[in-house]
Amino acid sequence: MIPLTWYLILSAVLFSIGLFAVLARRHAIAILMGVELMLNAVNINLLAFWHYWSQVRGAPQVNGMVFAAMVFVLAAAETAVALALIISAYRRHHTVVVDEMTLLKG
Amino acid sequence: MNVLQWVFVITAFLTVGAAVMMVLSRRMMHAALWLAVALLGVGVIFITLEASFFAIVQLLVYIGAILILIVFAIMLTQRTDESGPRLNAYAWAAAGVAALIGAILTFSMAGWMLGNTGLLELGPAFDAILPLGQALVDTEGFAVPFEVASVLLLAALIGAIYIAFERKGERS
Amino acid sequence: MTAFWQDPITFLRLWLENLLLSWGVSERWVLLIRYAVGAILLATAALLFVILQLWLERKLIGRLQDRLGPNRVGPWGLLQPIADVLKIFTKEHITPAGADRVPFNLAPVLSVAAALMVWAVIPFSATVFGADLNVGILYLLAVGAVGEIAIILAGWGSNNKYALLGALRTVAQLISYSVPMTLSALVPVMFSGSLNLNAITRAQEVWFIVLAPLPALIFFVASVAEVGRAPFDLPEAESELVAGYSVEYSGLKFGFFYVAEFLKAFTVSLIFAVLFLGGWRGPGAEAYPVLGFVYLFLKSGAVYLLMILFRGTLPRFRIDQVMDLNWKVFTPLALILLMVIALVDYFLRGGLPLVRVLVLLGVNTLAYIVLDRLLSSRERVRRQPVAQPVRPVARPENLINPTETGVAS
Repeated sequence: MIPLTWYLILSAVLFSIGLFAVLARRHAIAILMGVELMLNAVNINLLAFWHYWSQVRGAPQVNGMVFAAMVFVLAAAETAVALALIISAYRRHHTVVVDEMTLLKG
Repeated sequence: MNVLQWVFVITAFLTVGAAVMMVLSRRMMHAALWLAVALLGVGVIFITLEASFFAIVQLLVYIGAILILIVFAIMLTQRTDESGPRLNAYAWAAAGVAALIGAILTFSMAGWMLGNTGLLELGPAFDAILPLGQALVDTEGFAVPFEVASVLLLAALIGAIYIAFERKGERS
Repeated sequence: MTAFWQDPITFLRLWLENLLLSWGVSERWVLLIRYAVGAILLATAALLFVILQLWLERKLIGRLQDRLGPNRVGPWGLLQPIADVLKIFTKEHITPAGADRVPFNLAPVLSVAAALMVWAVIPFSATVFGADLNVGILYLLAVGAVGEIAIILAGWGSNNKYALLGALRTVAQLISYSVPMTLSALVPVMFSGSLNLNAITRAQEVWFIVLAPLPALIFFVASVAEVGRAPFDLPEAESELVAGYSVEYSGLKFGFFYVAEFLKAFTVSLIFAVLFLGGWRGPGAEAYPVLGFVYLFLKSGAVYLLMILFRGTLPRFRIDQVMDLNWKVFTPLALILLMVIALVDYFLRGGLPLVRVLVLLGVNTLAYIVLDRLLSSRERVRRQPVAQPVRPVARPENLINPTETGVAS
């Protein structure tokens, strides 16, 4: 008998921690891990609302589940491409710290 | 507070703690391991939401595939010294922005009247997988997004291979 | 209430629950205690069973190699595994210099944990099972993924190039063989209409190995490769690669990897028995659930025996042969079989069971014949000598009566 609000607050807290990781870390892969954390927070939100709506309607609602499944798929695809980019950038610049990739700067 | 609420609270604290440790840890391998704990915690939250299918998919996809990819990438882009600041110059501003957004979301959702409905357990006759499977192949349901998702995965696979491919003679 | 000898585990469980309820413990906590006690007992029983398994394996491998196997410690060497366990307990834990302590220490624990977690979903009898997960087969895959993480952590945390290489090769093999294992595990799912292992067991009026022998073979070979057992044991080839990812481990940590390997081997034979050999089904297993235990352990023991035979007789694969076999033979075969069996089964659903069995067996045989033709056309053409050079042969007739050509006909 957990109130819906608890799930939403947990999702908000995880989202803001992930946002902090994206904005404040220097290592590119740590930024990627922050993005993964944000996507997980979104998934908690989606599934909490799916449960709530299914409970209200009395039958399992498919929309929420499909949305969450699509988020899984997108997270996997995005991680693969992002890591390929990071490895390729590492080969060229020999660094993974995003502050040191300043070729296009000024 | 009954057992389910205790499980939720303990798991929530574990997940948030692991996320904070992940953000603040110095060595990247440790950060990856803390991320694994956080993802596991999120999986347990899915179980409390009676989305057991998604809990297992979380274990399989996030921890079993994405985390392994991240660990491989950490191993391949390893620097000999992991000194140097973990956080960049805008860390305090970033913390402020993140806290602000978290606070806005929390207070707007805590004030929502309908949010106080307790999530009751749906009964054992509540089978969510069969409607999901049927909807994913139903042409009037979600068959097109399903196919587009598989094309997306194929594109991501080919793209990742092409981007990270080491052509002969290109190593500087 | 069932009698004790009919279903001992359910009897004990009900006794414990009634005891706790009579003390005034609330329903929810009784449920939690029941699950906790069940989990502890299951994990302990699995680990104790590994000791018996160690003895069996060493004796049988010895016999296959025309020797006796351990026979000094205890009658027939039965106490040998206990001696081994004591020895491993007393060895020193050496941590290599520069090793990252967290992954180094976590890896053996995760390895055994991943092997034990599978036992939670296996139905041991009609009434005894850990968790009635609706997505049992997906859970098996997910837990395999946790095992792979353990191996990467072991290779990385050892601060040793060769351990890292061994770990990467092992994980490549494990991830690759998950694909045909999953695809061929979908065939029982199709036949029974559910991912739930209980439902799959109950749907096996006719054992699925009769309905689909070729997917069963693919599943068996893929799971032998998944656990890294001979002939797929290059990653930790004991005579070649100095134990691969576990080379820097000593003492009980190495013991954990050792236990994890044997536990995984028995676990996949259990899964094979559940998916294809009918699990706990047998004459009288519903009425007397304790018989279900016996049948399941007999069947998985037979599969494990087959694995030991494989280990004792077949030479090791190279890593490129391993990958070749997986991607060029098993995965396309599993995909094609999945589609063909789905089509055939769809048309046969309503018919007589005997017709279904015969047609499916026919389809499998046809697929096997096609596979055989395709595989044999890939073999290298044997070089045949066209003309043999003259070779002087040292035989008495040459030496006593040498001819001009020097060859005795």
